[in-house]
Amino acid sequence: MSSRGLLFFVLRRLAVLAFLLVVISFVTFSLLYISPGSLIDILLGARPHTAATVRALTREYHLNKPFLVQYWLWARQAVQLHFGTSIQTSLAVTSEITARLPLSMYLGIYSFVLTMVLGIGLGVASALRRGSVVDRVLVGGAMLGLSTPAFVAGVALLYVFAIRIRWFPAYGVGSGFFDELWHLTLPAVALAVTTVAYVSRHTRAAMIGTLDQDYVVFARARGLSSRRVLYMYLLRNALIPVITISGVILSSLIVGVVLVEVAFSLPGLGSLLVTAATAKDLPVLQGVVLLFAVVIVVANLLADVVYMVVDPRIRVGERST
Amino acid sequence: MTANTVLVLGEERQEAGVRRRRAGSPIIWLSLLVVAGVLVMAVLGAILAPHNPSAQHLALIDVTPSGAHWLGTDALGRDVFSRVIAGARTAFFGPLVIAAASFVLGNLLGLFAGYRGGLADAIIMRWVDFMWALPALVILIVVAGAVGSSYWLAVVVLIVLTVPFDTRVIRGATLEQVPRPYVEAAKTLGVPRWKIMLFHVWPNVSPVAVANTCLVFAGSLVTLAGLEFLGLGLPPASPDWGLMLSQNEALLFTNPLATIAPAVMIVLTAIAMNLIGDWLYEQLTSRGAGR
Repeated sequence: MSSRGLLFFVLRRLAVLAFLLVVISFVTFSLLYISPGSLIDILLGARPHTAATVRALTREYHLNKPFLVQYWLWARQAVQLHFGTSIQTSLAVTSEITARLPLSMYLGIYSFVLTMVLGIGLGVASALRRGSVVDRVLVGGAMLGLSTPAFVAGVALLYVFAIRIRWFPAYGVGSGFFDELWHLTLPAVALAVTTVAYVSRHTRAAMIGTLDQDYVVFARARGLSSRRVLYMYLLRNALIPVITISGVILSSLIVGVVLVEVAFSLPGLGSLLVTAATAKDLPVLQGVVLLFAVVIVVANLLADVVYMVVDPRIRVGERST
Repeated sequence: MTANTVLVLGEERQEAGVRRRRAGSPIIWLSLLVVAGVLVMAVLGAILAPHNPSAQHLALIDVTPSGAHWLGTDALGRDVFSRVIAGARTAFFGPLVIAAASFVLGNLLGLFAGYRGGLADAIIMRWVDFMWALPALVILIVVAGAVGSSYWLAVVVLIVLTVPFDTRVIRGATLEQVPRPYVEAAKTLGVPRWKIMLFHVWPNVSPVAVANTCLVFAGSLVTLAGLEFLGLGLPPASPDWGLMLSQNEALLFTNPLATIAPAVMIVLTAIAMNLIGDWLYEQLTSRGAGR
């Protein structure tokens, strides 16, 4: 495809992205109004209900203006990464988020690497030995992995590897890169259980489909080494379906981060979301949700672009997300 | 879209791949047994339990398994075994309602989109695409945070999030049926459109729909258990597997079975449902292929 076509495609997707973000931010803003009870009471939380605090809140959230004006003023603040102050801690939502973001990102990236390496590796191994004992064990294991939510995997790993055999710490985050790596291994593995199973099943199916293709048979017949056939012909084509499922992998990782952080008592974005939901801390809830939404929307766009670059058969506008 | 398990199995199945025959294998019988067992526990609940699942015995806090308390007791002295039995109710009925509702709505929308095509299809599929990659649990958390924790509210939200998944699968299956001669024959005979959709096309799509429902069940079971685990569904005193898992996590050092038992139940029920779904799909589609 021409680079102009790609540019056009990216621009069109960016327009869709902007539209989606407006819709999502509107829904997120409306959370304040969906919430039962008076807005002032919600925003006050446990703080005293005095004329002064009410006046301050009315000014801060522009409560005396019409709904759409309120949204506009809120959205303008949100674009500049100001989401108000937390009801629980009275700290700025942005600083609450930035304090917890690195841990969740570390965890997410760690799991993502595990997912790609193990998922693709196991899927390929399984497909190349189709029907063997190894294949059956891996297929069964993938079924188990898919049915095991991250919090169950987390508690199980905690019990086996931190309490029975003390290979890993049960709590804490650690300090420094390697200590953190050691502390976050169990959570990252728990988080990756579902996604590894998912990616390996997809890779296996795609590899098996590719193995029967004429061009693979021809490459073998030409006498190319099996390693070359694997890397140049099989993997390249088998990995395309993996890109198409990246959106699901991401949403699975986000859900998993929330569960795993709570299971391991880690102070990340996921546990922030849950404490905010439990305490009805709506400004924090809005901030975290918007962040997640932006990550999902942008990642889907990136996946689409990668998909188009990798697979020249995809024509512009043919695929939708 | 509910938990990702559902997505995977459903999606993958439409892709090429060599399927192993598993007709009547012992694994399927075992899976059916597990689901039947959970169903009995869900219906009878506390009647089956040896102790009152909510009764607190402060003298018997956190005791290890014994003849009287097979799985020991929890931090409030409640019998864990009885709570596991009573917990089947919320684990089973919520997902059942979700699977049933999303079966009806998803089939109607999917048939309509696939059969009608055109603008209706485009609008429905846009909406499905939008809902596709949403993390269901995060949305449930947000709703619980904004509106308040409620099990049945979570069920309703999950129905909304699951319908697009059913719709997508059914639409795909319908698209395969529409060009077939029997549909054209029915059209030529002047059969009304809704009759063709429901009585001609749907029977040929139903195997996919039925198998899919098992996957939806397993997926929503896992998602709901996750919400309970976070403490954003049922009130904290209710017996529920997800809730037990989080409440008894601190007991891992003293009475690990109190945590392991509900965890095993969640995974066992989910995997049994997934296996049944896979198996049903193979059975029903291989039988239907000759038609």
